[in-house]
Amino acid sequence: MKASFDEMNSASGVRPHYKVFRRWLDEQPVASMRARRDEAELVFRRVGITFAVYGTKDEDGAGTERLIPFDVIPRIIPKHEWQQLEAGLRQRVHALNRFVHDVYHRQEIVRAGVVPQEQVLKNAQFRPEMVGVDVPGGVYSHIAGIDIVRAANPDGSGTYYVLEDNLRVPSGVSYMLENRKMTMRLFPELFTLHRVAPVAHYPDLLLESLRAVAPAGVNEPSVVVLTPGMYNSAYFEHAFLAQQMGVELVEGKDLFVKDGFVYMRTTQGPHRVDVIYRRVDDDFLDPQAFRPHSTLGCAGLLDVYRHGNITLANAIGTGVADDKSIYPYVPKMIEFYLAEKPLLQNVPTYLCRDDKDLRYVLGHLPDLVVKEVHGAGGYGMLVGPAATRVEVEAFRAQLVANPANYIAQPTLALSTCPTYVESGIAPRHIDLRPFVLSGKTVQMVPGGLTRVALKEGSLVVNSSQGGGTKDTWVLEV
Amino acid sequence: MLSRTADHLFWMARYMERAENTARMLDINYQTSLLPQSADRAEQGWRGMLGISELTGAYQQRHGKIDARHVMDFMVHDETHASSIVSCLRAARENARAVRGSITTELWETTNQTWLEFNRMLRQLNFERDPSAVFEWVKFRSHLSRGVTVGTMLQDESLHFIRIGTFLERADNTARLLDVKFHALAGDYFGREQTNEAPEVDFYHWSAILRSVSGFEIYRKVYRNVIVPEKVAELLILRPDMPRSLASCMNGVVDNLRLVANQQSADTQRRAGRLRSDLEFGRIDEILATGMHAYLTHFLDRVNDIGAGISRDFLVPA
Repeated sequence: MKASFDEMNSASGVRPHYKVFRRWLDEQPVASMRARRDEAELVFRRVGITFAVYGTKDEDGAGTERLIPFDVIPRIIPKHEWQQLEAGLRQRVHALNRFVHDVYHRQEIVRAGVVPQEQVLKNAQFRPEMVGVDVPGGVYSHIAGIDIVRAANPDGSGTYYVLEDNLRVPSGVSYMLENRKMTMRLFPELFTLHRVAPVAHYPDLLLESLRAVAPAGVNEPSVVVLTPGMYNSAYFEHAFLAQQMGVELVEGKDLFVKDGFVYMRTTQGPHRVDVIYRRVDDDFLDPQAFRPHSTLGCAGLLDVYRHGNITLANAIGTGVADDKSIYPYVPKMIEFYLAEKPLLQNVPTYLCRDDKDLRYVLGHLPDLVVKEVHGAGGYGMLVGPAATRVEVEAFRAQLVANPANYIAQPTLALSTCPTYVESGIAPRHIDLRPFVLSGKTVQMVPGGLTRVALKEGSLVVNSSQGGGTKDTWVLEV
Repeated sequence: MLSRTADHLFWMARYMERAENTARMLDINYQTSLLPQSADRAEQGWRGMLGISELTGAYQQRHGKIDARHVMDFMVHDETHASSIVSCLRAARENARAVRGSITTELWETTNQTWLEFNRMLRQLNFERDPSAVFEWVKFRSHLSRGVTVGTMLQDESLHFIRIGTFLERADNTARLLDVKFHALAGDYFGREQTNEAPEVDFYHWSAILRSVSGFEIYRKVYRNVIVPEKVAELLILRPDMPRSLASCMNGVVDNLRLVANQQSADTQRRAGRLRSDLEFGRIDEILATGMHAYLTHFLDRVNDIGAGISRDFLVPA
């Protein structure tokens, strides 16, 4: 595999934005660092910052709850790099929202021949129910999580790439917030040595964005967070965000539709709901419209939605824009809608549905990462360089059977960041998920969630597959 | 607030209170079992313990013969039924987790920590070594969670539903305790009667009841007299200033219920208010004339009925 870009160390020594941290780290006694790491784990467990894994039981008998490993060494981003990232993220999310609107209205981008019609209309995530529906402010993806990686260039510098857009129900922001709290608790002195941009106001921005997209004519919108329930893997985050925003955390059974509006059952009778920050997938939102046996949603919701009497964040049907087969067209979307040059780069992508691309992919499987078009969570993918011959051949068979279901990309050596592992401090691969909020304006807090693949050499950062997280610092100077 | 949220809060409080009361009763039985007494008498104590929680059948299916060790194991860490302390603490914690956004961080962490610690203690066999210390700990954690509740929660509906759950559960538990302990002596208790037992046996029986509700010193302070069953009953049923008495619990229920009243709750409030009045103006000699068992059975029915009313009016509305 190609050499990685390391966030802390370059060939000529520690990078400038890590210098102070490194000096501090070198002064820390090993025992004290170990004690702080243990403390972090204890606190995370007490606070119950856990995610659920089905079918397992942890040592406390607490059934299905696991901690996501937290690494105490922060990922530091210098100010100028963040400024570029931020501008690129704004631009990208803006264009993606325009795209979804277009897809469900005049489909100008299809007419112009920029995106093939079948890529849109035959996309499993395309929701015909949304055609012609106007959503407040034209905003579809109110909360977007854009996954970014940095890869090394031959000259030793690094380039940020967008790996994936998550426009449906991206999660992880609670870990971003809790990780910062944890670092401030464990190492308060670090924050006197650095000027780290704060992130704790994220729930405020989120609430502001949600209130801004209330149905027309509603002055004091009633906002709720809709969760599939406490056994969902991201339940902690749902509860956390509802609490931080001071809004109700509802489940499908708490809601009902009457006379064209959505209500929640309260101890004082029915109470109208105006904005639902839903953490439930499209398919489960309304048993009358989508999956008939879903108990996670609310019967009749889609109808109310289409009449503009409730706002859903994110909107129904955003999946049409974050699908991996649409991803290669995002730079063109930016040019098409905004008439601007894309500020963030895409990873070069081969569409296996395309014969020429498929031939190339089949010829280079051991060098490529092949992903399912609708896959998520690191499942159903082949990491060529890390796979055995048998695995490659097994995957080849799947790929040939259904090429349209796959895309392929060159293996990017994701950048590394020093991380605590069993043997001490060692480089591990990381990515970055900034959270971009769209309401009246596009807003974000500096940084995002850094995920780290704790296994040596692994490129899979997903928490369900042994990934951990790091606090992410954007330096203000 | 959401009905479902109120429901979780109500049950969170009930389960925590139940865990505490179970620990209290087990502890007293255990302490009593260390005194010299006949095997019959000891078994009667443990049998009563199971009877309070309506678990006699389930226990016998599992263990058959009644003995101290097995009853304690069954009531402390048997996860196959809902009344063991471990099941109550889990239920309290699961309910809290379902509404962790509606309670303070401190209350959530206290409840979660109680669950995690209790499991750790069971794993490390603390219970086998020193049952009393574990009972004491459970009681203490319940005190702590109540203190954290009152000390950190906004005084809004959330708090009121938690309080209703606590008081209703406590009323239920105290009534059951009285029923079993009065029942244990003689078929039904109709006031002072001749018994064949030595007076000191009586003393330990009644003082054990008092201790199980932290009432021994209170009794002395209130009555400044020897311990007699009528007064024990009066203290635990009618004294509004005794925190675990039926009267005091019903005061708590009625007061909190008034604060959350809605358009359909008038009848439930009326029933609760009437039960409170009966306690406020009741007399112990009348109660004993009815017979303790009959009286307490009726009381439990009424508490149960109020619980169902609260559920219907607020927690799981149609």
